[in-house]
Amino acid sequence: MKDILQQLEDRRDVARMGGGQKRIDSQHAKGKLTARERVELLLDEGSFEEFDTFKAHRCTDFGMEEQQYPGDGVVTGWGTINGRLVYVFSQDFTVFGGSLSETHAEKICKIMDMAVQNGAPVIGLNDSGGARIQEGVASLAGYADVFQRNIMASGVVPQISVIMGPCAGGAVYSPAMTDFIFMVKDTSYMFVTGPDVVKTVTNEVVTAEELGGASTHTRKSSVADGAFENDVEALFEVRRLVDFLPLNNREKAPVRPFFDEPGRLDQSLDTLVPDNANSPYDMKELILKVADEGDFYEIQEDFAKNIITGFIRLEGQTVGVVANQPMVLAGCLDIDSSRKAARFVRFCDAFEIPILTFVDVPGFLPGTGQEYGGVIKHGAKLLFAYGEATVPKVTVITRKAYGGAYDVMASKHLRGDFNYAWPTAEIAVMGAKGAVEILYRSELGDKDKIAHRTKDYEDRFANPFVAAEKGFIDEVIMPHSTRKRVSRAFASLRNKKLQNPWKKHDNIPL
Amino acid sequence: MFKKILIANRGEIACRVMKTAKKMGIQTVAIYSDADRHALHVQMADEAIHIGPPPANQSYIVIDKVMDAIKQSGAEAVHPGYGFLSENAKFAEALEAAGVAFIGPPKGAIEAMGDKITSKKIAQDANVSTVPGYMGLIEDAEEAVKISNEIGYPVMIKASAGGGGKGMRIAWNDTEAREGFQSSKNEAANSFGDDRIFIEKFVTQPRHIEIQVLCDAHGNGIYLGERECSIQRRNQKVVEEAPSPFLDEETRKAMGEQAVALAKAVGYASAGTVEFIVDGEKNFYFLEMNTRLQVEHPVTELITGVDLVEQMIRVANGEKLTITQDDVTLTGWAIENRLYAEDPYRGFLPSIGRLTRYRPPEEIAAGPLVTNGKWQGDAPEGETAVRNDTGVYEGGEISMYYDPMIAKLCTWAPTRAEAIEAMRVALDSFEVEGIGHNLPFLSAVMDHPKFVSGDMTTAFIAEEYPEGFEGVTLDEAHLKRIAAACAAMFRVTEIRRTRISGTMDNHERTVGRDWVVSLQDAVYPVTIDADREGSTVNFDDGSAMRVASDWTPGDQLAHVDVDGEPVVLKVGKITNGFKIRTRGAELAVHVRTPRTHELALLMPEKVAPDTSKMLLCPMPGLVVKIDVEEGQEVQEGQALCTIEAMKMENILRAEKKAVVTKINAGPGDSLAVDEVIMEFE
Repeated sequence: MKDILQQLEDRRDVARMGGGQKRIDSQHAKGKLTARERVELLLDEGSFEEFDTFKAHRCTDFGMEEQQYPGDGVVTGWGTINGRLVYVFSQDFTVFGGSLSETHAEKICKIMDMAVQNGAPVIGLNDSGGARIQEGVASLAGYADVFQRNIMASGVVPQISVIMGPCAGGAVYSPAMTDFIFMVKDTSYMFVTGPDVVKTVTNEVVTAEELGGASTHTRKSSVADGAFENDVEALFEVRRLVDFLPLNNREKAPVRPFFDEPGRLDQSLDTLVPDNANSPYDMKELILKVADEGDFYEIQEDFAKNIITGFIRLEGQTVGVVANQPMVLAGCLDIDSSRKAARFVRFCDAFEIPILTFVDVPGFLPGTGQEYGGVIKHGAKLLFAYGEATVPKVTVITRKAYGGAYDVMASKHLRGDFNYAWPTAEIAVMGAKGAVEILYRSELGDKDKIAHRTKDYEDRFANPFVAAEKGFIDEVIMPHSTRKRVSRAFASLRNKKLQNPWKKHDNIPL
Repeated sequence: MFKKILIANRGEIACRVMKTAKKMGIQTVAIYSDADRHALHVQMADEAIHIGPPPANQSYIVIDKVMDAIKQSGAEAVHPGYGFLSENAKFAEALEAAGVAFIGPPKGAIEAMGDKITSKKIAQDANVSTVPGYMGLIEDAEEAVKISNEIGYPVMIKASAGGGGKGMRIAWNDTEAREGFQSSKNEAANSFGDDRIFIEKFVTQPRHIEIQVLCDAHGNGIYLGERECSIQRRNQKVVEEAPSPFLDEETRKAMGEQAVALAKAVGYASAGTVEFIVDGEKNFYFLEMNTRLQVEHPVTELITGVDLVEQMIRVANGEKLTITQDDVTLTGWAIENRLYAEDPYRGFLPSIGRLTRYRPPEEIAAGPLVTNGKWQGDAPEGETAVRNDTGVYEGGEISMYYDPMIAKLCTWAPTRAEAIEAMRVALDSFEVEGIGHNLPFLSAVMDHPKFVSGDMTTAFIAEEYPEGFEGVTLDEAHLKRIAAACAAMFRVTEIRRTRISGTMDNHERTVGRDWVVSLQDAVYPVTIDADREGSTVNFDDGSAMRVASDWTPGDQLAHVDVDGEPVVLKVGKITNGFKIRTRGAELAVHVRTPRTHELALLMPEKVAPDTSKMLLCPMPGLVVKIDVEEGQEVQEGQALCTIEAMKMENILRAEKKAVVTKINAGPGDSLAVDEVIMEFE
């Protein structure tokens, strides 16, 4: 009997060694952890329960039958993050370079099915050379099986991808369909076609890092939502993110004890908006001063910086924040910022996370670049996302809310629940100068008259009261009381019920 | 008494004067420029009058504008603070003509002491010790030797037109005097086109020690001890204290009496300061007299209990001094640290911007000021005093137009050692964010052995920080205390994490006892035993520390008691730990489970990427202004140019110290993203 029990331990020991000590050492030498080490760090100590430890591939071509590693290049299972259930798969680069075989894919699909059924997030740690070439179409079929599950799980349970090594070719499309992609700086890259193919086809010479490194995807392509210094930091930060997310779309956002006064007043916010309407200020200061304990988890920090997206907590509960950033491009909306914010708003709405919007927007960015790029449809994405969202929506206009961008930014007209404005708010079709130039074209030659007209316009519209008179602004609030007012607003919306008409799905302008 | 006074100044000193005026029941009037519209001194005053654009030479120091404000407000007297118009005889004259009292000395005294040569002559006539020297023209090397012998070696041979050390030689004997004279003369001729040379006594181990005097208009004058101001950076005082750790009673008395004699010689009537340079043998020489309230006056107030501003106002009102020399006793020790909006890591470059966070330590009243009048009003009483004279507030703006000093933090205690310790804690408890500041540097000075022993000269900063300030490296004892505090704090944050909703019943995460703390280059494996009152942090060398604190997650300042020692930490967020500032050190403190620590060791150390040698335009925009020239050396953080985009001005700054080699754009140019604006060496 003892011997039989021992056999299990022996087999487990073999499985735990993955591709062997030599390959583990080489993985470490690259500054990367092994698949199992990663799972250990991601999950609560001792909470990991593995599935399919001994699953093996079925390929018999190219001498593959000679090479068998239990687990077949991916570690799958479940465990907890701060006591909450999550499912995880972690590709093992030490086994066939983490390449995806039919059986490798089956393992991933198994935990994804369980995650959807049991309502818990899926976290994928990607470190794979790509398809298992020896398996041919069986490998491709495996990818597609995973893709289909990504699609079915989307909006049901949060899906998080962490790219911790190569992720190329068809393999990129699974992470691409998850909710968040994080990368590890210098050791991960993602691309559809690698530098060699690029060179052959287009004659472009480019390194893997330039083509698909963390910097490229966080700054240029916006494929990734964030990048971290190393594996240890990345995994800890994913744990931090999971603490903000509900386990599934049937649950409310999580709540945890907080050490911050919900009614905390911050006098310094009264001087946040500068005297000069054309001077920038840092909207992040407002976010940090409103959030519980100044804790903000930013999403897509390095991309389209003219809009800020991320998670905070108010009274211990997660709230998604969208805010124009006057420090960058005056906080205007453009193609990139609209896309970035729209995706974030839709994530929040899908997972019952209330949305807080801070508005200081001078309008849409003009120019051929924008128009040719389709700013009309991209801008409409954000408008659509806000309009369809049924979660609690609280909006605070701090300064400019001009033109169509005013409508877009979670205005009252898009079913905003609480629409507040600071006394510094200016809600108008456009700035005074532009408006006067259109309204009084005939007087343009007369400087004094124009100055007078400009002043009239400013007096009339450079304030929140016209909008407040019409009920488009529910209340004008003091900047220092923002946290208190916003916290109370969300508290009053805890039982909000709002349903859109039944439809198969909408037709958002993609 | 006056019913209303105007304070012709701004910032902390204006606020300081108003505090006393309020205590005396006098109405206050502030003046302000455009840049100070929301300043603290404007908020504190009973009324405020706008006097022009931001630059001081278009507002605060324009006599006509200030006179108009006085007329408009109906103020009966004016306190000038320091700087600006405080030592301007013309201003005193204008006030006299308008029949408004000047809360300062008579204009004759200002004039007499305003000129270096005249003041030295008056000092000599009043038998005040001056630096021996020869001011006349020196013909040749032999005459130089003769004069040097008369003065007594060592001597300094200086070019009249000199500056920045050029044309300056120190001679310890005849040969050096002869050579020094010739080389100084040549260098002066080459550098300044003026080869006039003079010789004076070279003061070895110089200290800057000044005497506070107080005189009324009835011929009474007293001295209120001295202040030691030797800790200076490029003639800018940084740390002051009273009394001086160097003076004995005899020297103090001699200096004090000479200072009063000088004041009387010019008919002085107000508070004033006589500055001396003191050598290693306690020989002292008159430098100059400042005919105003000195920046560092609080340390004198803290050890004497005399409110100098109140005395100035009374004297200006024609009252007689009620304090005699015999009433003046120096009790305990006071230290002042000047908080500058200057980044110590970037060559002390002034830093401007919004004070996103500004939380000075709590003021505490103690010592003579409490027994003699409680001018701090509602500050609670304690064993040691903390006083912060400030002119800024959280959410306020530090502008480029004025002095970068934003606060004067003072502590008082019965002994010097206690006052220093109180200052260390006060500095650690001071929170400033949004701008660069010198708090770490001040903390470093408070822990410097030479400062602690009181053995310093005016060369202290230049000698001890020749390469500038590069941060503080903490010793083992400090690191262990910080490690213990952070371990206990991190455990609290981890336990809170487990209290999230939606956990699996009966399978909650349990937070372990074993942790590894790494900071600076130290690694401490610890085991934490927590109970109701706090935690015991056990180190692997068998030692243990008891940690207690009311810190909760998110607090940016932690007051932790570690084995009875107060440890004050400024706490920031990093992955797996805290960013900590304490005792001048800025540390990344990682607290990890042993397994995480083991795996973290496998992570590669990353070298910061070499920042590009070009300044690229970060956004499409218009160049408004280029702030530098080709060939110019720029400091990290220095403004390089301003780009206007979407009608907003964005200031681009140097990422590191560099020399500008080429500028490719000029004002009015329209730039695309990533266009090269300038290149660096």
